[in-house]
Amino acid sequence: MAIRELKVCLLGDTGVGKSSIVCRFVQDHFDHNISPTIGASFLTKTVPCGNELHKFLIWDTAGQERFHSLAPMYYRGSAAAVIVYDITKLDSFQTLKKWVKELKEHGPEDIVVAIAGNKNDLGDIREVPMKEAKEFAESIAAIFIETSARNAVNVEELFQKISKQIPPLENAEVDSNESFKLTRQPAPSVRRCC
Amino acid sequence: MTIAEKNPQNCLSDWNGIMERDIQQEGEAQKVNVCDPPSESNPPAETLVTTFCLLGNHMFADTVEQKEARGTAVKKGGEENVDQSHCAANEQILDVEPHCNQAKKLETENSEDQNNASTNPADSECEDAAMDNDQSDSGEFVVTMLAKAKLEEQGIGLKGRSSPLLEAGTQESHGFMSHRDEDVMADSWRQHRKHVFVLSEAGKPIYSRYGSEEALSSTMGVMMALVSFVQSGDNIIRSVYSEEHIVVFLQKGPLVLVCVSSSRQSEEQLRAELLYVYYQIISMLTQASISRIFEHKKNYDLRRLLAGSEKILDGLLNLVDSDPSFLLAAVHCLPLASSLRESLSQTLQKAITPNLVFSILIAKNQLLTIVQEKTVIEDTRLEPADVHLLLNLIGASSAFQAGEIWTPICLPLFNPDCYFYAYISYLDPPECTVCLLLLSTDKEAFYAVADCKRKIEEAMVAQNSLSLIAKAQSYSVSQVGVSDLRHFMYKPFDVPDNYRQLTQFTSPEMEAPYSSEDEKMRLLDLYRFMHSRIHSTSRPLKLIYHVAERETLLAWVTSKFELYTCFSPLVTKACAITAITKLLRWIKKEEDRLFIRYPPKYSTTPNPSKSSRGSKSDQQDTTDNGFLSLL
Repeated sequence: MAIRELKVCLLGDTGVGKSSIVCRFVQDHFDHNISPTIGASFLTKTVPCGNELHKFLIWDTAGQERFHSLAPMYYRGSAAAVIVYDITKLDSFQTLKKWVKELKEHGPEDIVVAIAGNKNDLGDIREVPMKEAKEFAESIAAIFIETSARNAVNVEELFQKISKQIPPLENAEVDSNESFKLTRQPAPSVRRCC
Repeated sequence: MTIAEKNPQNCLSDWNGIMERDIQQEGEAQKVNVCDPPSESNPPAETLVTTFCLLGNHMFADTVEQKEARGTAVKKGGEENVDQSHCAANEQILDVEPHCNQAKKLETENSEDQNNASTNPADSECEDAAMDNDQSDSGEFVVTMLAKAKLEEQGIGLKGRSSPLLEAGTQESHGFMSHRDEDVMADSWRQHRKHVFVLSEAGKPIYSRYGSEEALSSTMGVMMALVSFVQSGDNIIRSVYSEEHIVVFLQKGPLVLVCVSSSRQSEEQLRAELLYVYYQIISMLTQASISRIFEHKKNYDLRRLLAGSEKILDGLLNLVDSDPSFLLAAVHCLPLASSLRESLSQTLQKAITPNLVFSILIAKNQLLTIVQEKTVIEDTRLEPADVHLLLNLIGASSAFQAGEIWTPICLPLFNPDCYFYAYISYLDPPECTVCLLLLSTDKEAFYAVADCKRKIEEAMVAQNSLSLIAKAQSYSVSQVGVSDLRHFMYKPFDVPDNYRQLTQFTSPEMEAPYSSEDEKMRLLDLYRFMHSRIHSTSRPLKLIYHVAERETLLAWVTSKFELYTCFSPLVTKACAITAITKLLRWIKKEEDRLFIRYPPKYSTTPNPSKSSRGSKSDQQDTTDNGFLSLL
């Protein structure tokens, strides 16, 4: 089976649960007292997708403002970007919109954007209505999903959706981590953010 | 409560107008105005006293009650001249600060008066012009001011708008402070052994070790008022002594760092600790960008950039309290058979890539080995403080345990204005005790550096290094074979080769009777006391034999080493001397295991000019640290 390397970066405000989502996806583990990420953390996980294996090269970036200027290094050359917000913090949704704008202006042209509303388990103190977020995601043709890293809800699904959006590879380039760029004719079903 | 007479309203205006505006907005200005003009007796000193009391009333619960008994002295120039009995004499800890029992002192640095350093204690203490005149008056004034400050802190505005200081604090309130919601009005808050505050020159809170910065904005405002007031007289405030506390100030660029301690450490030691806090902040933001930020916007809230990094500062302060490395300004490395250390170094030496400058291997938060780029080692060396900051960064964050980290980091003593890019990864997940740290000057080098890690990992698996490292541990003092010796710290100065080497020290595990946290801290406090005597600026000592209540300590500094030893209380002087001779012989025999003796080096740069000293700053990332975009 062919292995494709897909570079994915996670963006979003500090404390929304980017590392928790990655930790749940890669290690199926949740840590209540997780420390804020410093710089960016690099992890990998391989999952089957159709007749291919997708090896996710995940850049889990720090949400803190002081690391903001490093973000281009991580989303440059990414096949997909997951922008995470906290459904209990309206501010984090505003930050998400800034990230969308930045990706539109400076990100790769064919990047797949996924919006993840995390902390879905805290529905009773929700500040961001699901409808609003969903409509926003549709308006930019992004994947939308609400997740809970704590309860392992929709984390796998998030990455599966990304996998499906990545156009299938026609030639057998497998060793480059930029292989997705070689696909010149994305499937018609691909929705782009811009 | 009433506003006292003779309140130096005109002096208030000297505090850069901060407090004055405050007062007028509260509608208190009239009361202040009815006061008599300030007495002729050294108004600056008086105002200092007042301001200090304002601070004191919040920090020290006892101040108000002791109003009458309080004596005040303003000291300029010379250091406090601690009475020191002869080095060989038995001493009591109790007389460390013989002059502090009744007096609150303000020490200020005056460039003109620096030659006063040798004046005797009586002389340096007598400039207390303001002492008798208005004690009770200023006391009452202080109480009133304090009451206001407290109301403000509780969010109860007295009248109209709140003070500018408070406003600054609350506007910026974000959610990320929730983990430090300690009540700053509680006694338990006051009783912390050591408080550390960081504020900007505009008086904006940046960091507090305990409690939220917002809740403390008034207190920090008073601290800043003190600093600015002394500054307006072309002086620099250095410290304030009270019966139980010492307040130490450190100004570094646009940042003001304040420590309020009841730990009985010396002023110099506390200032050195504040410097570590400053360096840790620099390591995250660089000195250049901090200066630039405050040049553009004086009242910038630096917490925006430090958000999420409080844990690192908290961790540093805990480490400073519990790890003697900081006191000795030396690095503790894990004892390891020299052959194993050598093979690890060779492994690191082989896995290199262009622009890699330091490869560091750490186990159990102690150094295993450190390999440096050749031209770097010739130009400069890695300072112990920079290594401490790196170790703290790794220790303070569990975030590193998950994956491979790539983060900008500045080594303030190496170059305070530039970033290195650090690759951090644990080699033994899930235990996470052996950590590899690779520092590159190239922002984009992650994949190349990560490749080095794979090479190192493979080589270590082939040599079974991980299980050998796992067996390595600190040693017991019983291995020395001296019965009365309980503990020691030895820091050699002699360097085995031509390189300027990383300063190191060695020390056994703390064993019974120092196994509980409290007892460990007590021993460390004794060491700190001995250290402050040895390194006293006014009267440094070479040798101290100190009989304490439950142990006897001997500290000795020569041109070759600095040594602190702790013996059982029944040891005799002759015994202790013999023991030290034996100890020194043992260390000599074991030094290849205890220290990194021959720091290895490598050359990664095909183009030698690229890493020469002249272009050091080119090589590092000076331009793209991104903070300009925030302004």
